[in-house]
Amino acid sequence: MSTSRRVFLRLAATAATAAAAGSALGCAASGGARRRLAMAIDVRKCLDVHGCRACVDACHEAHNVPAIPDRAHEVKWVWKEPFERALAVREPATLPAALRGSEVLVLCNHCDNPPCTRVCPTGATWKRDDGVVAMDEHRCIGCRYCVAACPYGSRSFNFVDPRPFVAHPTSDYPTRTKGVVEKCTFCEERLAVGRLPACVDACPAGAMVFGDLDERGSEIRKLLNERYSVRRRPELGTRPQVFYVI
Amino acid sequence: MLEKALDGGRRYWLWLAALLAVVCAAAWCYALQLRVGLGVTGLTRDVTWGLYIAQFTFFVGVAASAVVVVLPYYLHDYKAFGRVTILGEFVAISAVTMCGAFIFVDMGQPARLLNIVRYAAPGSLMFWDLVALGGYLLLNVTITRVTLEAERCQTAPPQWVRRVILLSIPWAISIHTVTAFLYSGLPGRPFWLTALLAPRFLASAFAAGPALLILLCLFVRRWWDLRVADEAIRKIALIVTYALAAHLFFAAVELFTVFYGQVPDHLEPYRYLYFGLDGHAVLTPWTWASVGLAVAALGLLLTPAARARRSLLAAACVAVFVALWIEKGLGLVVAGFIPAPLGTVPDYVPTLREVTIVAGIWAVGAAMVTVFFKITAAVRTDGP
Repeated sequence: MSTSRRVFLRLAATAATAAAAGSALGCAASGGARRRLAMAIDVRKCLDVHGCRACVDACHEAHNVPAIPDRAHEVKWVWKEPFERALAVREPATLPAALRGSEVLVLCNHCDNPPCTRVCPTGATWKRDDGVVAMDEHRCIGCRYCVAACPYGSRSFNFVDPRPFVAHPTSDYPTRTKGVVEKCTFCEERLAVGRLPACVDACPAGAMVFGDLDERGSEIRKLLNERYSVRRRPELGTRPQVFYVI
Repeated sequence: MLEKALDGGRRYWLWLAALLAVVCAAAWCYALQLRVGLGVTGLTRDVTWGLYIAQFTFFVGVAASAVVVVLPYYLHDYKAFGRVTILGEFVAISAVTMCGAFIFVDMGQPARLLNIVRYAAPGSLMFWDLVALGGYLLLNVTITRVTLEAERCQTAPPQWVRRVILLSIPWAISIHTVTAFLYSGLPGRPFWLTALLAPRFLASAFAAGPALLILLCLFVRRWWDLRVADEAIRKIALIVTYALAAHLFFAAVELFTVFYGQVPDHLEPYRYLYFGLDGHAVLTPWTWASVGLAVAALGLLLTPAARARRSLLAAACVAVFVALWIEKGLGLVVAGFIPAPLGTVPDYVPTLREVTIVAGIWAVGAAMVTVFFKITAAVRTDGP
């Protein structure tokens, strides 16, 4: 385990204790100082383990995400897309050969200015103080306005009952019902107990870095300071918090 | 007054029974959708709104269009519309009811629908749409009840209701503006992201809605006497002409910007509608049918002699209604989702069950209009 990861875990644990102490007052999990949680994906490191699905499997198993064979009704939290589709590259010919057609991870961007939470008529999805765009599937009425608002296709709607399609259900995380929207939550349930998101933990290449952008010495801050990164469709003003380091 | 709806002939009851049969078929399909989920529709992960929401959008326009008969009568004292305002308001009530039904059947969790009120989110346009439509329904129910009662008693309607009617005029504009804002504020959907959407919605609504009103008046005239003057029909036809011209102008303006500007994000949904994209062209024939019908209808309506002939006027009104139904009740919503955020071109074709549910809601609207027009005719011919 790297030093910075240990630092992050200690920080998260402190935050979790603070949250536990403050829960009687309904305090937010951020405790004192504001956090800005983000993820950086090192695209080249990810490509080194070509064909790897460790993060996808870890996420989908941890969250009872159904494997629906009908693509029209698919539910997915994190998956792989060709680079040019994920980053909306209009002229793939201008890309370096290594990136052209290569597969990169896509997931909810946990936008700093999310259009999905803006449109939700019931407050079933909202941005937390620490930047996580959260989702309450029990309040969701299934209007799919958030799906229309998301410019990234990161939200899935349960067109059918998902439970029969969960091969190995885990009791650590709730299953969902038909007729509600779901998506990646940056593993809020793991963050709450000081753990890293399941996908980050599962990555054999160490291609995913997760942390607090506002924390000076954080691994993600350092990586973004040192390397060039892009985000998906920044021109839309949504300020995605998932960075692609290339 | 409602008892007058019970006094109809054989044909009247047969018609209502036929509509009831359609509603029953739709209820059967909806029961299945409720059990299985929205998976029984043609909707997909990429095209998550389809026929239901498109129909909703179209009928909000029909509801708003009552204003084109209400405004001239109450603001300009245009007497010829005296007998037709209430019919416009009745069509509006039926259309708003249909809108509510379309929203309801589109919900993944309809039992939780009241969460929109319970956890009201003023930042969401859907909340404001509910407020606007609910208020509009309430206004029109009040107005029609009071004015028809006054008509039955052959007295002038009370003064206070005039204020309610004046309020209903901007309110009608607001329902369709807010409905346009549902779409036109989404950053990732360039097809809808245009300030022209609300004006376009209003223009097409003021053509399609009054065209329907003309057709209803001409049709109902065969059996019941609604006492609608020919002059009123002629004037409404003129309004349809202007609104249709405005609609086509707006559409042309949009096409210019998109095709001359050539920004790919804006271009692609239009290319999908008009020429097909990446070999997907389900909506192309519909789009051209819509354009053809609208242009033909404008040609007819711009000819005073054609507008004066009842058969040609009816044909033009059918063309206007169908053209705008395709444009708004089909293409507008679907094309907004194409291409999908990840660049793919998904197909959407409604299922038979979906179409049956839509037909059922149409039948509810038709039944409401039938009963309302029947009552109005009875009030006007039976005397007090």
